[in-house]
Formats: sequence, structure tokens, C-alpha cells
Amino acid sequence: MAERIPKGTWVEIHAVLLRPGERAPQVPEDSRDVPLEMRAKGFLTAPAALGDEAEIETSAGRRLRGTVTTANPPYTHGFGPPIPELSTIGNEVRRILREAGAFDEGP
Amino acid sequence: MKRGRSMRDRDAYQAVMGRQGEIMQRSIGLDYGRYATGTLAFDYERLLRDTGYEIDEIRAVQAATGVGDTPLIEVRNITALARSLARPGKGARIFVKDEAKNPSGSFKDRRASLSVHEAKKRGYPGVAAATSGNYGAAVASQAAKAGLRCIIVQEAFDSQGNAQPEIAEKTRACEAYGAEVIRLSVGPELFFVFLRVLEDTGYFNASLYSPFSVLGIETLGHELALQVKGLTGRPPDAVVVTHAGGGNLTGTARGMITAGATDTEVIAASVDLSGLHMASDGDFNRKSFTTGHTGFSLPFTTWPDRSDVPRSAARPLRYMDRFVTVTQGEVFYITEVLAALEGLERGPAGNTSLAAAFALAQELDQDEIIVVQETEYTGAGKHPLAQLNFARQMGVKIGRGDPGANVPGKRIVIPEHPSQIRARDVDLDRVRRSYLANATAALPKGTDLGSADIEFLAAETRTTPIHVREVLDEMP
Repeated sequence: MAERIPKGTWVEIHAVLLRPGERAPQVPEDSRDVPLEMRAKGFLTAPAALGDEAEIETSAGRRLRGTVTTANPPYTHGFGPPIPELSTIGNEVRRILREAGAFDEGP
Repeated sequence: MKRGRSMRDRDAYQAVMGRQGEIMQRSIGLDYGRYATGTLAFDYERLLRDTGYEIDEIRAVQAATGVGDTPLIEVRNITALARSLARPGKGARIFVKDEAKNPSGSFKDRRASLSVHEAKKRGYPGVAAATSGNYGAAVASQAAKAGLRCIIVQEAFDSQGNAQPEIAEKTRACEAYGAEVIRLSVGPELFFVFLRVLEDTGYFNASLYSPFSVLGIETLGHELALQVKGLTGRPPDAVVVTHAGGGNLTGTARGMITAGATDTEVIAASVDLSGLHMASDGDFNRKSFTTGHTGFSLPFTTWPDRSDVPRSAARPLRYMDRFVTVTQGEVFYITEVLAALEGLERGPAGNTSLAAAFALAQELDQDEIIVVQETEYTGAGKHPLAQLNFARQMGVKIGRGDPGANVPGKRIVIPEHPSQIRARDVDLDRVRRSYLANATAALPKGTDLGSADIEFLAAETRTTPIHVREVLDEMP
């Protein structure tokens, strides 16, 4: 049996809002072939397991329903490694300024 | 069962879109129909004036939450770099308006402040906005301060679940300010979901395109014109505005006019994303830019009323003197230069106009002044490293070379030398013709437009009634 996530836990839910056949007429083909999906976060209003249909209370106080995907969902965006194509630009432009004798001397 | 069925029908795409008019009227509290003066024409100035806000009151509302009054910084080393590449006597002084100093880190606080102030004054229980950008964080920040609930609807991930890193950061920021964030997959039905949110909650529609939003930016243009005059004794010769939906350009230009800077050249700058479709699931994560690009700026310039309100208050063709594009690689390059030479690490949007200004400054004389009118905060996700690592992951090639070889969605070319940065002119005459074609597209064949409509179209395109009639007559 899947582990129950306690009521009051901050979770993310997922729901399909429009199935492929229900999408707006003007969308291009690659979007028309996939559903319009929603992800939202809030506090579980009752215990539920991952993959269960459940209700959350959002930060705005709304009750939304969907499939629980993650408990305490992390933020995973960052910077990543340096990009070699950018790493030398600083030295390059400083050299141009030095060679032009143009490092700023104030107004 | 029957009830379930009727709920579903009520929530279907066409049903919700059919209630758009009533939802809009209730959520923004403006009767746009009152301003119609012809078949196409409406009284733009009266729409703005009837809000009752003038520049001094807007400044006061914004000052109350620490919005505005941002520094104007002369980027002397970047000017020196531009002069080292320019012909003798050329190379205007470049200034940057450091809008990152606003409470949520961008000029969008100016747009959000009047909307939230108005929502509070009129007793709405909360505010909602459809935006994947800094504007969401701005509305959430202002709502937090005002004690209002807030919902932000974002287009955030593709059908594979890949989130665009910059939008992921906006999600985090909105949540930090206490907003509910509805994240959606790719498609224009974001607007349909937004209408459902407005209907469900009775919140105020803090649209980017309402009069409040555009009036809120007037302080930016007003401030920068006075700051340039104070620092240099002359009004700015040119102001470069990163251009997407048109509000930034419209509000900035209007604000400069209120400060008396009526001769300043207003230049729009966008990242060239030609070839990528804005509603395409496959293209969504191959753009490397979330705003300030031609995917928004061309459609919104040639048809402003495609926005989420019946009549957009952002009407950029009325104020635009010139429109240029830069490449993705040029913007990443200048972002590095800004950090390396000026000690300013700033987010992507303003750097589009900085790349353009760097090239345009080389056309101007040394005693002239060119202003980049915004910066924004940088950080995880909204940074060249995050975008280029993500682009590589999505199969986009990255290399150094001639930026002319840049192909949006396929190849990002970082210049090898600053002399390769160019501002490429968009043909404004074609843009104006395209506007006129769009404006008249829905009219029944043979409709005879009256003088009010022709004068309106002339004002919209900054041309003359005679010119408008000629162009319309030439149309098939």
C-alpha cells in the first residue's frame, strides 16, 4: 500500500483541463495533439497517497482537485555549469578597452 | 450525473470564451463600449483619463510601496567600448535606468501598483493576472503589501513536463509573495483558464493591458527624462525600450512627453525569434527568451487588441519612431559585458535594449545620449548560464561566430567581437500596413469607414488620413 501523505502537507497536484480533442481551434498541430495540463500547489485537505485524486487548499484559499504528484515539491531551477562560450568574454572586452587606451577615466 | 454533465459543458472552451465579455466587464470594472466613437475607433485618451490618475498621483501611489524613483546609471566603460569601435566623433553616452531596484526586481512593479491600488479601493477580494513573467511577481508583491489574495496563471512547461527555467523562477517568486500559481502547459488556452479563475473568484483582472497598467509606466518615462536633464543638461536623444506587448514602450513614451521630452527618439528593440511559433508545444522550450522577443512584439504591434482586455491601453505604433531586432547570442554577449565592465549583473529583458543601444550609440555623436530604460533582477533560472545549459539540453547548438548565423531554436551564435553586434531595422511602413490589414480584417466587405475611423487609424499608425485611405484602397 502506498504511503499516506498527512493532511496539511504542501503538495503539487496535476490535472488535465482540456483533452486533445477539446483544445482551441487556433493551436498548432503539435499542441493540438497533447492535452492542456495544469499543475498547482497547496495544502492537502485530507490524507492522500502519491497518484491519488485529492483536494488541496491553495495560497489564495481556493479548493482545487487533481492527482497528487509530489509532496513538498522542490524548486530545481538553478544556473548549471559555466558556459565556455561565455567564459572568456570579460577578458576579451577588457583587452579591447586597454588596447584602445579607453578604460574610463571619469567625466 | 446530469449535473456533472452540465458543469462540464459550462467549463468547455467555447462556453467559457462565450462569457468573455461579461467576465471582463465585472473583473476590470470598465465599460469599454462607452469609448467607441466609430466602427473601429474609440477614444483612447478618454479611456486613460477617466481613470482619474495623473502623473503626480501615480508617483504618490507608487512611492507608498517603494516603487519607482530608480537610479539612472551611466555605463561609461560600455560607452568607451562602443566608441573604440565607432567612427571618429561617434559613440553616444549610454545610460541605464536600473529598474531592478524596484521591490520585486523589475519595472513591472509600476504596472502592478495602480492595478492593485485600484482593486483595493474598489473592494475586490483579490487580484489575478495571466503572465509567465516578472509581472506575476510584481502583482503578487503588491497584493501582499495590500493584504489582497492573488492568483497568477502561467504558461510554464511543455508536454514532456520540461519547465522553462526563467518561468520556474517566476513561479518561485510568486509563491514567495504568497500567490496561488496555476502552471499550465503550452497554448493560448491560458486565457480560457484565466477567465475561469476570474469567474470563480470575483477577483480584479490586473491585466497588463488595462489603463492602470500602462499609466503606471508613465512614471518611468517621466523620471528618466528628468534624470537625464538633471545629469547632463539636455533631454535624452534616444530611448531604447525592450518591446513585447507594447505597454513598456507606450507608457515610457507617454511619460517622457509629460516631462517635456517630446523630441526624444523612441526605439523599440526585440530579440529576433523568427521561425518559432508561440503556441507550439515543440518550440516553447527552444526560445531561450520568455519575453522582449518578436513572437510577442510583432503580433502586438500590428494588432494590440489581441490582448486580454477589449481595448488594449498599450498602443505602441502611436509612439514608436524606430523598431530594431537583435539576436539571442548578441543579448547573451552584452549581458556578460554588463557584468564584466560595469559590475552590474542584471536579468535578461533590459539587455535586449542594451545590445541594441550598444550598436545604435555608434551611429550617434559623442555628445548625444541614449538611454536603456530598464534592467531587471537576475538569479537562478533567469540567467545566461541557466538559459544556455537548458538550450543545450533541448538540442540547440551553441557556439561563437558571426551573429548573422544565429537561427532561433536551432543555433545560438555568441559574437566573437563586440563589433559584430548590430541593430537590424524592422520596416515600420510594413508594420503599419500590417496593422491596417488586421484592423480592417473583420469588417464585412465593402464597409465604408467614416472620418472618425480613418482619423483613428491615422493616429494609431502615426500617419495621415490620406495615407490610411490610400493603403486601404490598395488592399485586395
